Amino acid sequence: MSGLAMPEPDAGVLARRDEIIAALRAIVPGEGVIDGVNEMRPFETDGLTAYKQLPLAVVLPSTTAQVSRILAYCHANGVRVVPRGAGTGLSGGALPLADAILLGMGKFNAILDIDFDNRTVTAQPGVTNLGITTAVAHAGFYYAPDPSSQIACTIGGNVAENSGGVHCLKYGLTTNNVMGVELVLITGEVVRIGGKHLDSGGLDLLGLIVGSEGLLGVVTEVTVRILKKPETARAVLVGFPSSEAAGECVARIIGAGIIPGGMEMMDRLAIHAAEAFVKVGYPLDVEALLIVELDGPEAEVNHLIERVAEIARGLGCATLRASTSEEERVAFWAGRKAAFPAVGRISPDYLCMDGTIPRKALPQVLSRMTEMTRTYGLECANVFHAGDGNLHPLILYDASRPGELEKAEAFGAEILLLCVEVGGVLTGEHGVGVEKRDLMPSMFDEVDLAHQQRLKCAFDPDSLLNPGKVFPVLHRCAELGRMHVSRGQLPFPDIPRF
Amino acid sequence: MTDRLCPRDEAELAEAVRWAVSESRPLDVVGTGSKRALGRATQGDVTLELAALSGVRLYEPAELVLSAGAGTPVAQIEALLAEANQMMAFEPMDHGPLLGRPAGEGTLGGLMACNLAGPRRPSAGAARDHALGLRAVSGRGEAFKAGGRVVKNVTGYDLPRGLAGSYGTLAAFSEITIKVLPRPETVETLLLFGLDDAAAAKAMSAAVGSYYDVSGAAHLPADIAALVPALGAPGRAVTALRLEGVKPSILHRRDKLEGLLRGFGALGALDEAGSLAFWAAVRDALPFALPPGGDPDAAPAVWKVSTAPLHGPAVGAAARALGGRVFYDWAGGLVWVEMPDGEPEAERLRAALAPAGGQSGGHATLLRAGRAARAATEVFEPLDAVTGALVRRMKHGFDPGRVLNPGRMYAGV
Repeated sequence: MSGLAMPEPDAGVLARRDEIIAALRAIVPGEGVIDGVNEMRPFETDGLTAYKQLPLAVVLPSTTAQVSRILAYCHANGVRVVPRGAGTGLSGGALPLADAILLGMGKFNAILDIDFDNRTVTAQPGVTNLGITTAVAHAGFYYAPDPSSQIACTIGGNVAENSGGVHCLKYGLTTNNVMGVELVLITGEVVRIGGKHLDSGGLDLLGLIVGSEGLLGVVTEVTVRILKKPETARAVLVGFPSSEAAGECVARIIGAGIIPGGMEMMDRLAIHAAEAFVKVGYPLDVEALLIVELDGPEAEVNHLIERVAEIARGLGCATLRASTSEEERVAFWAGRKAAFPAVGRISPDYLCMDGTIPRKALPQVLSRMTEMTRTYGLECANVFHAGDGNLHPLILYDASRPGELEKAEAFGAEILLLCVEVGGVLTGEHGVGVEKRDLMPSMFDEVDLAHQQRLKCAFDPDSLLNPGKVFPVLHRCAELGRMHVSRGQLPFPDIPRF
Repeated sequence: MTDRLCPRDEAELAEAVRWAVSESRPLDVVGTGSKRALGRATQGDVTLELAALSGVRLYEPAELVLSAGAGTPVAQIEALLAEANQMMAFEPMDHGPLLGRPAGEGTLGGLMACNLAGPRRPSAGAARDHALGLRAVSGRGEAFKAGGRVVKNVTGYDLPRGLAGSYGTLAAFSEITIKVLPRPETVETLLLFGLDDAAAAKAMSAAVGSYYDVSGAAHLPADIAALVPALGAPGRAVTALRLEGVKPSILHRRDKLEGLLRGFGALGALDEAGSLAFWAAVRDALPFALPPGGDPDAAPAVWKVSTAPLHGPAVGAAARALGGRVFYDWAGGLVWVEMPDGEPEAERLRAALAPAGGQSGGHATLLRAGRAARAATEVFEPLDAVTGALVRRMKHGFDPGRVLNPGRMYAGV
């Protein structure tokens, strides 16, 4: 693993491997516990394939009661646990540890309740993101967050990562669409938070659990809201001679009060790679391509398409096409949706980064990234959720060349630090995981991180759930719990009091 | 010793909290104190007033982001946003009139601490859904930040969301960053007359489950509808469905929606001015408002109940059986209940929220009651043992000396 320090495996746990596996088999019989090296191999990595590690054992429970007993056992015996959904995550959140069991939630694959009257679906966490939409599509409904991996990624993983997608400027991230969960704590205790009603009756634990990257508990049931699929969707494909003009177009569309269903930008390298791969007729002589999708009632969509086209023409766009059929709209998106594999065709390997920036900083960030391509001698293609400022630079490298992965990682880290420098953040939707863990201090100081970890301590004081992820240094909870109080200090002489 | 502290910046705020810890003096954390009558009767003996942490620090309409000091008046923020044709899409309720105070006193910090929302809640979310970042001082007297200033961010735990709705029990906010959105160009409201609660819930479900982007769905039984001037004494129950956006879209949707709902009852409409007045009345629960200067201690108890929309009428029936009056927002999922007198009848009302299918039936929050009732009643939905222990551990992590609004939400927290 290129320089990534993970928590030191607990030798005592490693020595007790047989005993631990026997205890787990007593909870999950048959094929639910996997301990052979070859059989565990498919679980050694997730979507961040640069890092691999075999776990102590893989456990595949199928009931909440089993999850509860597994976690209670691990809690009592000091065994670490790494939860895993479909393993599509891009930040290494499901990377195994040598002394931890990998808790695979794939067998939780049933949809439990579809309630069209209250517009909710309750599903087990191993149901795929797209599986929820598929289950309600016949009635014209869908589940809004649509990460690119939606065919494979699970709703449980989406909850852990607070996944986004191309529609989240208008429809929100996972957190805005989840209404309730059943959660098993590391003690084995089962809690239900939320349900078919809105908001919390007290502290918003649900808001804290979504996006907690498997560090607070294991989700065994999820209730989401479903929406009626928009009556119409149309897209405009606009080519610009510069990324500045494309960025300005995005700002003016939003400034005009229009929130598109999706608004994506691609740079020259990404456009060419996508066009070569799917041949959908993208213009090749432009520096930036915007896809702006309007969705909703037909009259509204047609009205807004015109307004978007006016704005784009006013900015001197080089090309402009509005979709006139559903096939054409889908074709506009085909290139964008295939951008990652398309880049995969022109380069042996690539790293997909995920920072968010204030949109106005785009020209500055793009020009600095161009300088970096020269410094590192690596190419970089850019796709960009333009509406919400979420940048996905794809750094092209060849892992078979010694040192190139490290170079690509250094390049990626420099991009993310640049995102923070211009007022943005390290990750917009992929999560911190192990990938961005060591960059956390660029955004948060020690006091900030200590407050986040105190939340962790409330849920998992022994830090058994997914250790080594998110936090660069995990302080012991006893240490974080201390408070130094000095009595007899001068009580703030300057604060106004009445 | 002094009983009111007014820090002028975050450093003074931290100093004030450290003093409270060292002297074991619990603090009542307030902005202007407009929502002081909300929550359990508190034990704080020193008021920590954040009103001086005021002012918009950053507003970038094209980025859809605004940052302001926690003490910044909500009214000031709304006026600034309106200049750029933007808004807080979650449509925060103003508790003033319900509590016998003037409208427009609330602050951004109070809005976030109470996780306010309005009729647009089902489609646009609550304050929590628009919280991007914050700076705050925990009960450890340490200033910290969380989240960021961009609209899409999953870096670290989502503390801004988790602290929304914490009623100042974990941290005192100093600065808050929210996502703002374009204001709809215009608004109209389709009305259905004379429906009973159950039929109204079905009609609202059909409307919000349609293609036609209904951004508000409320039902006012006849006794409540008579109290809303924008309806002009309809003499019967009114079910209202709001359509917002560009004019051509509204015309199209209204036409379609009328076709969809014709079978439910007689139809009517409110124009833009009527709609704005009507939805403000629903948002602020004006049918249960007190006259200015009215004493919430002596007023009938008011509950805000959140449940599955189709279960709303059952909650309404239970409240009526106790002599209460009700109306519905959020397509039936929010039930406003006013009891006949100051007795909240918590247990009997909450019995209507019994879990169904393993899931919680919802939660009831006592929004207005006398001090004695708020001391004797669980104001917030009671927690089960495991969740209660979790919440106490969170309190211990953020405020081990229990100086920030102790007991405001739960005894011992």
